[in-house]
Amino acid sequence: MTGRTRPEPMQVVKQRRDATLAALVGRVPFIGTLGVVFERRGDELTAILPFRETLIGNPVLPALHGGATAGFLEVAALVELTWSGLWPEIESGRLTPEQVAQDNRLRMPKTVDFTVDFLRSGLPRDAYARARVNRSGRRYASVHVEGWQDNRNRLFAQATGHFVMPEPPVRD
Amino acid sequence: MTDADTEARIAAVRAFITDLPYARALGLDMLGVGAGWAELALPYRADLVGDPATGVMHGGAVSALMDTTCGGAVMSHPDAGVATATLDLRIDYMRGAQPGQTVRARAECIRVTRTIAFVRATAHDDDPDTPIATAAGAFTVSRPEGDG
Repeated sequence: MTGRTRPEPMQVVKQRRDATLAALVGRVPFIGTLGVVFERRGDELTAILPFRETLIGNPVLPALHGGATAGFLEVAALVELTWSGLWPEIESGRLTPEQVAQDNRLRMPKTVDFTVDFLRSGLPRDAYARARVNRSGRRYASVHVEGWQDNRNRLFAQATGHFVMPEPPVRD
Repeated sequence: MTDADTEARIAAVRAFITDLPYARALGLDMLGVGAGWAELALPYRADLVGDPATGVMHGGAVSALMDTTCGGAVMSHPDAGVATATLDLRIDYMRGAQPGQTVRARAECIRVTRTIAFVRATAHDDDPDTPIATAAGAFTVSRPEGDG
């Protein structure tokens, strides 16, 4: 198929985006273990950490474990960074959900450092996070993440991380 | 605070910190705890992997190990209360832990003031020469009753 005859039907586009996101998230065992899921609006992702008793770190309050919050924000940052990097290839159809799920040449960015700012204790309920890639070069990236629970304007945690980007995969 | 109080504190930290629900979920093990320090282990598990192409455990699992170990160091410090919360935690990932190997972290309180505990931690796999990660954290301090 050549040129710009007519745009693909919206359902085809949505299906490809959703399948690619599911494949990307499904690749990473830790994301499933922590229980993080993603919602997508266009290219915008929201990470969701559904509350479970196993996430508790302070049974007296009770409050989420700081390690669970940190892991959640790091997952949100890494998926956003990988997703935004793959977006052009997803949209062009050069990268299929099957490749994302199975191709071991697809490497994740590596975390160099990650700093979490715990603003208030995590309540025993669902948490949400959105990440923003502030800078993404060929080798390094800087990502900021905001986490909240009931109120979008009352963050319970935020984080900044630096990442080393993977070598571009060799495709044939 | 008396030595007996500190001993009781240390015994309590040893008993409960790896028993917290999220620590149990990740399978954290207690290696040792003393006045102002703690050592914990994160045994390798396939369901904690972050990159399937390498089999390396996710940074988020190492974060939990570091946070818990640092928290244990604060709670066992004679000048801090037994309750603490993380204010800020920075983790530097020097290299991926070897797949299959247990990660061990040791945390120490560098300084404890009336309000803040400053903590440093280092994590290794089986190679003792090159750390896989270091952490620097600030934790809240709850003063024992009737003190300060």
